[in-house]
Amino acid sequence: MNTTTAFLRKCLLAAFLICQVSVVPAETSPPDPLNSVMWKEMHETLLGGGPVVFDERVRVLVPGDAEDSMNVPILVDATALGNVSRILVFAELNPIHRVLEMEPVQAVPLIGVRIKVQQATPIRAAVLTDDGVWHLGGGIVDAAGGGCTAPSLGSANQDWASRMGEVSGRLWPGDEHSRLRVQIMHPMDTGLVSGIPAFYIEQLEITNEAGEVLTRLFLHEPVSENPVLTLNLPQAESVVVRGTDNNGNPILAQVRSGVM
Amino acid sequence: MVSGIQAAGNYHLKPEMIAPGTYVLSGRNEHFNFRNGGNIVNTGFIVTKQGVVVIDTGPSRIYGEQMRAAIAGITDQPIISVLNTHLHPDHFLGNQAFEDIPIGALPGTIEGIRTQGEMFNDSMYRLAGSWMAGTRVVIPGETLKPGTLEVGGHRLRLLALDGHTSADLVILDETTGVLFASDIVFNSRTPTTPHADVGRWLKALDRLASIEFDILVPGHGRVESGAKRFEPVIQTGKYLGWLSGTLSTAAEAGKSMAEVLHPDVPQWVAGQAVFPEEYQRSVVHLFPDYESAALQRGLVEQQ
Ligand SMILES: [Zn+2]
Repeated sequence: MNTTTAFLRKCLLAAFLICQVSVVPAETSPPDPLNSVMWKEMHETLLGGGPVVFDERVRVLVPGDAEDSMNVPILVDATALGNVSRILVFAELNPIHRVLEMEPVQAVPLIGVRIKVQQATPIRAAVLTDDGVWHLGGGIVDAAGGGCTAPSLGSANQDWASRMGEVSGRLWPGDEHSRLRVQIMHPMDTGLVSGIPAFYIEQLEITNEAGEVLTRLFLHEPVSENPVLTLNLPQAESVVVRGTDNNGNPILAQVRSGVM
Repeated sequence: MVSGIQAAGNYHLKPEMIAPGTYVLSGRNEHFNFRNGGNIVNTGFIVTKQGVVVIDTGPSRIYGEQMRAAIAGITDQPIISVLNTHLHPDHFLGNQAFEDIPIGALPGTIEGIRTQGEMFNDSMYRLAGSWMAGTRVVIPGETLKPGTLEVGGHRLRLLALDGHTSADLVILDETTGVLFASDIVFNSRTPTTPHADVGRWLKALDRLASIEFDILVPGHGRVESGAKRFEPVIQTGKYLGWLSGTLSTAAEAGKSMAEVLHPDVPQWVAGQAVFPEEYQRSVVHLFPDYESAALQRGLVEQQ
């Protein structure tokens, strides 16, 4: 607590921003509210040791306990920040840390997804604002584990191949934005199970009718099988979801507003 | 974790007589933990002129042994039959202490214990620690069919229901009017849903509401009799209705799974024991189906 106060005071003296949060130089990490043993390493390896603040405006919704370590629901919402150029979601005690990256472009800086965890772990969202500062939010999920080293159900199932890449989804019109929810059939194998190579959706781009990019996503191995993504996009009557997996298989579907 | 040490493991089981020859061992309205050693469940037994019928064996080998000792403290009659109501670990992991006695269950329960029993045993070790020492899965060897059993002057009606799991055995002792409702009924304790089919479960509750009985033994929570005996049946149904309504409405409105973890909850729901934990577990069990139904209605063209 004392160090935090000291930081805050320094902040004010140095006439930084109006300091509700402490911005620190690259070579130090501010005290981690989640007290994670991995935080310093994550700061170095994933964020290049860049300036970071722990910021309550980055909301990360996670369950207290992972009932199913293959499917832990999370939602990252940095709407309160504004001017977000990038979101990086990572699970610190997973064998593969990176979960996904999002370039909001025109979308609201918010993403919902389900992920695999190997054991109890901090789940963190690092949100980069235009001024080059990473704003961090996070939560801890307790878990029995095994989510990353268990084979996907799809790989064990013969007919997954015929549905691979298939998109289901729906676009909900809203007052401020359209909500898109899509599920893409894909095994999302982590490569950590012997004999099953890593096989996962690598990138996705959402465009509007005019072909403008609304948002870009880069997924990694810890995203759950048959990923379900939740996004808030600028209002649109229809959007195109386009992407590829790490074997070059294409994903392409149009989702229109409304229901059957 | 230190509490595991005190777990030299005495559950202090005290059979309570609820009807002539009929006893219940009540567990706590909690989640599994290192203090309760998994004793969150109601087990029971019926002392007949021919011998004792045991209904469920608790969460561990030690529980089974202590239950057997508690029965011996009440009657000299031999135990002649053990029934497992369903495949959940707190109801059958005490089987080991009754290995010399025929253990019966519905076919779906036997199959479930065969395929998932070891996984349940592993996760119980994680949740209850040393209380689980030496516990091994004993698969019931006798397949039960619905119908009536005559045992030492008691007519036991076996009902094969489902919904809490794919096979839920409910036992009505027509002689005493005691209904052992298994986990089809919870009393003031949030129902668990890892293997639930809510629609089928509600049908099973309707069936129980139409049966004549005097005393209700729920799978979890207090025994009820008199005018209050139907309340847990109604309450369980009301909760399941609230749960499925909340999840399907959220899915249809486009909510993500994480956004349903903290809903607005009416007091009668929030007041049930272990609500936040069990509700969050239920979201993970049940939301994907509602979500998939909502997404299937969307307008998608694969290109
Ligand atoms: Zn149960």
